[in-house]
Amino acid sequence: MDLSYSPEELAFRDEVRAFLAEALPPDIAARVAARRELGKEDMERWHALLQGKGWLAGPWPVAFGGQGWGPVEQHIFEEECCRANAPRIVPFGLKMLGPVLMKYGTPGQQAEYLPRILDGRDWWCQGYSEPGAGSDLASLKTRAERDGDHYVVNGQKTWTTLGQFANRIFCLVRTRAGGKPQEGISFLLVDLDTPGIEMRPIRLIEGGYEVNEVFFTDVRVSVGNLVGGENEGWTIAKFLLGHERTNIAGVGFSIQAFEQLKTLAQTVRRGGKPLIENPLFAARMASVEAELEAMKITNLRMLDRAARGGRLMAEPSMLKIKGTVIRQAINDLARRALGPAAAPFPSEELDNLAIAPEGHARNAASYFNNRKISIYGGSNEIQRNILAKGMMR
Amino acid sequence: MDFTISDDRRMLADTLRRFLSEHYPVEHRNKVAYAAPWHDPAKWAGLAELGLFYALADEAAGGMGGSGFDVAVVFEELGRALCPEPVLGQLMAVRLMGAAGGDPGPLLSGETRYAVAMGELDAPYDLDGIETRAEGGRLTGRKSVVYGGAGAERLLIAAAGPSLWDVATSDAEVAGYGMIDGGPAAEVFLDATPGTCLMDSAKPALEDARDWAALALSAEALGAMEAAFAMLSDYLGTRKQFGQPIGGFQALQHRAVDLAIEIEQARSIVILAASGMGGPEQAKRAAQAKHLVGRIARQVAEEVIQMHGGIAMTWDYPVSHYAKRLVMIDHQMGDTDWHLERLGGMLAGG
Repeated sequence: MDLSYSPEELAFRDEVRAFLAEALPPDIAARVAARRELGKEDMERWHALLQGKGWLAGPWPVAFGGQGWGPVEQHIFEEECCRANAPRIVPFGLKMLGPVLMKYGTPGQQAEYLPRILDGRDWWCQGYSEPGAGSDLASLKTRAERDGDHYVVNGQKTWTTLGQFANRIFCLVRTRAGGKPQEGISFLLVDLDTPGIEMRPIRLIEGGYEVNEVFFTDVRVSVGNLVGGENEGWTIAKFLLGHERTNIAGVGFSIQAFEQLKTLAQTVRRGGKPLIENPLFAARMASVEAELEAMKITNLRMLDRAARGGRLMAEPSMLKIKGTVIRQAINDLARRALGPAAAPFPSEELDNLAIAPEGHARNAASYFNNRKISIYGGSNEIQRNILAKGMMR
Repeated sequence: MDFTISDDRRMLADTLRRFLSEHYPVEHRNKVAYAAPWHDPAKWAGLAELGLFYALADEAAGGMGGSGFDVAVVFEELGRALCPEPVLGQLMAVRLMGAAGGDPGPLLSGETRYAVAMGELDAPYDLDGIETRAEGGRLTGRKSVVYGGAGAERLLIAAAGPSLWDVATSDAEVAGYGMIDGGPAAEVFLDATPGTCLMDSAKPALEDARDWAALALSAEALGAMEAAFAMLSDYLGTRKQFGQPIGGFQALQHRAVDLAIEIEQARSIVILAASGMGGPEQAKRAAQAKHLVGRIARQVAEEVIQMHGGIAMTWDYPVSHYAKRLVMIDHQMGDTDWHLERLGGMLAGG
């Protein structure tokens, strides 16, 4: 057994580190480290820098403008990006729609949309969940009715992340009533400039805006925007859910968050000593650290299996559950470490008062915001259902 | 043995509950709690008019209550309504003023609003770590995250020793702000600020005030978690997925039941702490309450969000604000671990 990266993988890691050290703009990294909201320009600037290096779509095949990275390279890249406080690549075009088009799209759709994802002309968002269809996604009601060479779309989507920055949305819509709910769903590409679409922001628990509701009223969409066959959208949705899971454990985020927590516990003083010397707090940190170390290995074991061509069945669900629990535990300690200094509602003016150590004024806000990670992308309860179904049959 | 609430306190609770449900619907609460002055001065006056603050002191001090149960009843209702009014400062000031032999009259009538400034950046809870200095009747230092500090007329300030000082807010530099769970707080900067020394050796009085605050906050959390749990129960019964109410799924039923058990434990420890106030075990009981409730309140907050799903992550759904309060209560007057360490020390010390 050998737990270390190969020489080639280590060389790749060094190359990623060197690139990040040189190319990642310090102002963006500072915002990520302090958990401030990023603007559209920040994300677009970072995408463009990555694209300049050819790494924006590293896992895409070379033929489509990627590097053909395998799971291990992808993992190394993402872990290093987290470590350097690089923004997360906006996943909707690059990690979700891109792979869908490569597998299910027509050559015409591939030629039209893939380059626009890479050069940033298109910002995609996701229209999956509805107010009545969350965990039970297949019960979605937004309908697309055929009218000549168009579909007419009516309904409402919700939890559309960063939809406020997007110009296009990919949707799951109902194209056939009756039968099994999964069998009447199609996957449709929609230009957000089409008349009849309204995007409304949803304010989140900690006060931030990152998700939206999208309302469709008699929106006319060309049948050419259908991906895959009519009523075959559920297959694509399932494929996408599998694809969304390469970095599902969020190990990179946890590693970075734990490093920040360590620094914080060395900075905060309690009873005349650094907090990290408080045996109870140190024990809580040490316990999470052990979980995190185990998670890193679990993650690598599963990556290795994937890299050797093995099919991942239960693993992504396990990684999602445990990975989110660990990340939330770290967020919890980062909030608790501050004591009363976690309480102020974060704002730019308040930062001048330096109530919390620099970069930590948003620890409570990010603790609350990250309660979402065990809910979205298939809640941890749904993951348990998937696991139980696989194990108990 | 009799665990029923006395008629007087039942009446107090009912009156307060009616006032709050009428004057503090959650939409109003969220409007005032997150924008300066982070509470509603008119409602504060309304609470004073109701005579609420008289419930915080006993008859000898000019009040009409002052027992642990009076305080618990009041704060449980404040918690149930998620009320951002800074009543805690008034309670602590009543205790401190009583210990110092001062006149609590203006506190009880609500004529003067007090905030109590104990914590500092490096000593949020620890009275021995206070660095604010007193010299020739003047104070120099920084008090941090003073709950209710924004808009208070007077401050009771703990200086090194600890000694206790009465300072007019207008004499200090007060930077007010709102909290992530709503309500006012402030940083207080003292630079040779004039004050009146109320007590040279104030440690027992400050510890007593902290015990009462721990009881009050535990009771507030109890009210808030009962309200949040009621919303969860409603939701489990009405939200349908996979063709049935999600409350029909055993995985969620069991977790809801676990919360109900924990909330009963919270109620019991609040009752125990309330009964212990003024007795030889006051400090221990208050610490046990704050320790247990700190842990339970977070569990309730996190589980209530998780079982609701995305809807509870939104600002517009009231559960999110209850969850924030439940978590952030643990950041006031000693968190669950801080009280646990004290309790450990008491065990070791026999």
